[in-house]
Amino acid sequence: MVLARPEVTEAEAAGAPDVTGAPAARQAAERAPGARRAATRLGLMAVPLAFFGVFFAYPVASIVTRGLTDGGRWQLARVGEVLTDPGIRDVLWFTLWQAAASTALTLLLALPGAYVFARLDFPGKRLLRAVVTVPFVLPTVVAGSAFLALVGRGGLLDELWGVRLDTTVWAILLAHVFFNYAVVVRTVGGLWAQLDPRQEEAARVLGAGRLAAWRRVTLPALGPAVAAAALMVFLFTFTSFGVVQILGGPRYATLEVEIYQRTAQLLDLPTAAVLTLLQFVVVAALLAVHARTVRRREATLRLVDASRTARRPRGAGQWALLASVLAVVALLVVLPLAVLVLRSFEGPDGYGLASYRALASAGAGGGTFTVAALDTIGNSLTYALAATAIAVVVGGLAAAALTRREGRLVRGFDALLMLPLGTSAVTVGFGFLIALDEPPLDLRTSWILVPLAQALVGVPFVVRTVLPVLRAVDTRLREAAAVLGASPLRAWREVDLPLVGRALGIAAGFAFAVSLGEFGATVFIARPDNPTLPVAVARLLGRPGELNYGQAMALSTILMLVCAAALLVLERVRTDRTGEF
Amino acid sequence: MLRLEGVTVRFGGRAVLDAVDLDVADHETVCVLGPSGSGKSTLLRVVAGLQPAHAGRVLLGGRDQGGVPPHRRGVGLMFQDHQLFPQRDVAGNVSFGLRVRGTGRAEIERRVAELLDLVGLPGAQKRAVGALSGGEQQRVALARALAPEPRLLMLDEPLGQLDRGLRERLVEELRGLFGRLGTTVLAVTHDQGEAFALADRVVVMRDGRIAQVGTPMEVWRRPASEFVARFLGFENVVAATVTGGRAETVWGSLPVPSGTEPGECVVLVRPGGVRLGPVPGGLACEVVSRTFRGERVVVRLLPEGGPELEASCPLGAAPGVGERVGVSFRVDDVVVLPQSRPFP
Repeated sequence: MVLARPEVTEAEAAGAPDVTGAPAARQAAERAPGARRAATRLGLMAVPLAFFGVFFAYPVASIVTRGLTDGGRWQLARVGEVLTDPGIRDVLWFTLWQAAASTALTLLLALPGAYVFARLDFPGKRLLRAVVTVPFVLPTVVAGSAFLALVGRGGLLDELWGVRLDTTVWAILLAHVFFNYAVVVRTVGGLWAQLDPRQEEAARVLGAGRLAAWRRVTLPALGPAVAAAALMVFLFTFTSFGVVQILGGPRYATLEVEIYQRTAQLLDLPTAAVLTLLQFVVVAALLAVHARTVRRREATLRLVDASRTARRPRGAGQWALLASVLAVVALLVVLPLAVLVLRSFEGPDGYGLASYRALASAGAGGGTFTVAALDTIGNSLTYALAATAIAVVVGGLAAAALTRREGRLVRGFDALLMLPLGTSAVTVGFGFLIALDEPPLDLRTSWILVPLAQALVGVPFVVRTVLPVLRAVDTRLREAAAVLGASPLRAWREVDLPLVGRALGIAAGFAFAVSLGEFGATVFIARPDNPTLPVAVARLLGRPGELNYGQAMALSTILMLVCAAALLVLERVRTDRTGEF
Repeated sequence: MLRLEGVTVRFGGRAVLDAVDLDVADHETVCVLGPSGSGKSTLLRVVAGLQPAHAGRVLLGGRDQGGVPPHRRGVGLMFQDHQLFPQRDVAGNVSFGLRVRGTGRAEIERRVAELLDLVGLPGAQKRAVGALSGGEQQRVALARALAPEPRLLMLDEPLGQLDRGLRERLVEELRGLFGRLGTTVLAVTHDQGEAFALADRVVVMRDGRIAQVGTPMEVWRRPASEFVARFLGFENVVAATVTGGRAETVWGSLPVPSGTEPGECVVLVRPGGVRLGPVPGGLACEVVSRTFRGERVVVRLLPEGGPELEASCPLGAAPGVGERVGVSFRVDDVVVLPQSRPFP
């Protein structure tokens, strides 16, 4: 150590400012503009950082701490105990392989769809694109019920052919495809539509065959987008809760379901804490990979206006492709939704509005709720609106802070914002209960608790939607405004806001839809007398009786219609530059 | 009006502007000319306050602009690619600078109409900027920059992306316009034709430093260095030793203007001063190529010793490729440049 000292001194001398006045002043001037920018950015980040600190990191940390300490001492041996438990290993193995299988199946079925939506023009395309997106914003609980109505006991397939899939893993896999079809179509198709077709034409002119041109030019360009989509699907299915909870029965459980059961039913906090950490590690690794592929995708491609690249199908091959994609969409997306609606009208005395009528009266379903199920719609809408407002403010500020893509700090922050998407919602929900229960933050009895938890999943959507648009705004437009006499705030209002306004609207819509459907955290923190719609659906499904089932279907249908309406509005204002979703 | 004192900007240790001093007088049009990467655009950004200088001072009307943000400097800047606001129509763009200053609606309408007339786009108020041609966008950008009546108007490659015919017309129009309005203008361009046509004074830049300042005529007739000469497109530049009215070079002995100091120097021969005749009459060369340039033909010649030469001949008198000619030099077109030394 002593030997190293002379080198250190030398380095210090080299780095030290000159003693003469002028260069020292110059150095100060060099530092000043950077410092001001950093201060602005830090200011913008303060709110999102505080939000994530208090409502994400703190609850999750408290629940993990509570699980892993005993009388103030860390019990790290438990980590080893849990990880070597064969039952837990089975859960982990199942979680991993079903996620991998779901991802593979989704890619297989959705990539042709991505092509069709990107490059072919056909009547009703816009409507169909909205339709395939409905499942994605649909609450997992509703997706689960839709599949239950299709492949479950007394489901459509059971009635027709006596086929039941609800006890097999296929129901889960198909539900996951149903759910994530839109992720692939939107992420990959969105890019595909903007790839310059002339690149492929250039390859053809240089002597490459149709397939070779696709394989050598288009595929490499799409690769990162496919990888990003696959990672997102893997992430969503790896942390799948509602779908597996409803369709998995006693046999199948993902980590998330296991965490829920350990926490809520067995009160086995230590195991739940270890599982939360485990899931956290896997998700963090996935997000790191995802961030890298996204960056690569942004870096290199030359994009064109999407409206110019689509053509009407030509030749038998393209027609056949279009037909098969339409068939897949009909079977996997439209049919489950249709069955859901159908079942909602089925009552003990044939088709009718019995289930819907039952929703309006409290206690009709054998005292499931102290309020009429219909009132949960009002709750859900209020909560979702509040959550949307929080998500837009927090996400908007974060996006503004992240607009300049420089510095390691920014990249870390970027990833941090995505973490809530992959963290156990159950843990967050339960963490809210045990962490935010004492002054100065005693929110247990406050209604705001639910919107806060829902906003956590909304923020990543807002950031992912708004950030690409903000980054696409040419800095020189702001400079042009400044030179013309606009102050920085005025320039932001006059230049950024009109350009970002649309994206912000879309982001708000998505945040609204995911808040509306949030289940894992809400199921913990929604008060029994004020349940949200998905919570009510899950409770109804958990009770015996045909009327309860019918009510669950009716409530799901209403939820689906609300989400679909929100989505159709979004589809109208959708621009091609708006982010990943 | 504008004065730069020792302005220095560094990007990652490299000086993009290196102690630049410059004065622009009231109502003067100064054009900064230089290859890409010479620091021209950075110069404008420093004056506009968009790029902080690491050293030196920017003075506008005698006042130090250190710490004054761009929107309070009262200068106009027309960006290279216009940067019109895509979500606003033509009137919305032109009126921007007036609106942020709180000008009244009626006054704004009057000014916008007046400015659109001035730039030759009368009645274009409601048009979408996306639907404008390149030349029209240029005019809207100009009207937008002029609207707040900036005390200094800066133009970054004002005609860079336009086709040639339009460019030549616009240069004339701009010059006329600036003369009428009495605007003080600082423009940057890499195109010497544009600079010479537009400017009262030309500043040639190289690697962040000023290589020469002068009227277009001075710079064209007497480039200050080999770099300036080559940047202006002159290729007949050669090292020489001057003794007694002649310069000894690899192309043989050249006449030099009387009064030239003896010693080492660099000599430039304008292509028009390279005369072609029969072989015995001068330096023997072979014609390597011919290029038509409208009224004249540029002929490239390979002498027996030394680098290629360029000669400009009338259409009828140009020799064919492969022919051998004898070259002599006209003293009026020989310019003696200072000894070329490695740029400090």
